[in-house]
Amino acid sequence: MTTANMHDWLNDHGDFLYRFALARLRDPHLAEDVVQETFLAAIKSPSFAEQSAPRTWLTGILKHKIIDVMRKNVREIAASDLMDDEDGNMDEFFDETGHWAEKPLAWDIPDNALEQQQFLSILQTCIDKLPAKLAQLFLMRDVHDTDNEEICKELNITTTNAWVMLYRARMGLRKCLEINWLGGLKV
Amino acid sequence: MFRNQLARGLEGLIMLSCKQASQLTSQSLDRPLTLRERFALQLHLMICKYCRRFSQHLQTLRAAIGKMVDSIENNDTIKMPSAAKKRIADQLATNRPQP
Repeated sequence: MTTANMHDWLNDHGDFLYRFALARLRDPHLAEDVVQETFLAAIKSPSFAEQSAPRTWLTGILKHKIIDVMRKNVREIAASDLMDDEDGNMDEFFDETGHWAEKPLAWDIPDNALEQQQFLSILQTCIDKLPAKLAQLFLMRDVHDTDNEEICKELNITTTNAWVMLYRARMGLRKCLEINWLGGLKV
Repeated sequence: MFRNQLARGLEGLIMLSCKQASQLTSQSLDRPLTLRERFALQLHLMICKYCRRFSQHLQTLRAAIGKMVDSIENNDTIKMPSAAKKRIADQLATNRPQP
């Protein structure tokens, strides 16, 4: 194994790793950075010559690099105004008696592929409207489906805090989808 | 009479507000609920169609997120910018593998 092989890996797997990171971090520069860190960690790893499934191995390293980014994000979310209220400051969603301020509508998700594509693109827009760090935590949780305890342990936050953050993200996303995806909605 | 009191007592004990129900619904995606929480949530969902909708929406959301990420991961037209690739290649050239 030589540096040349690692260059082959960069050519063969670089784009995939970049897309993997981009899908979760939603920031091209951050994605480039974690892919770069991944290759540098890989070439310094003593076991790099023995890898028979480089893409899987590199993706594993990349996940940890992404979790490192999350760890920093969560610390910042926890310290920000966003988390001032214990139950996540949900005043905009509920009235003082705990009832829905705006009642959730009935969604009618189309099977039609084109409309699904539209739905997914609205979803992307809505994710990008969330505070970036919150969006990344949410994607990490709901995409990887990594065990919550494990994420919390890796991120070094209390479990309750993570639940509140994820709740906020889901409430914001649901509302945004409902507002922006009017085509398929019925009252 | 006793029955009504019992019903009211139970209600106070286990009835959730929509706010609480939505929190538990979200948390049920992240951790196993306790028996009591599950019971209270089910009871609320039985009588509240808006919270039932909310619960369905979160399921839809999760499925859609998975699809969205798959579609980005499998989209061969998205490439790492060549400047970034070159930068990484240069870095690799100066960082030889450990012997």
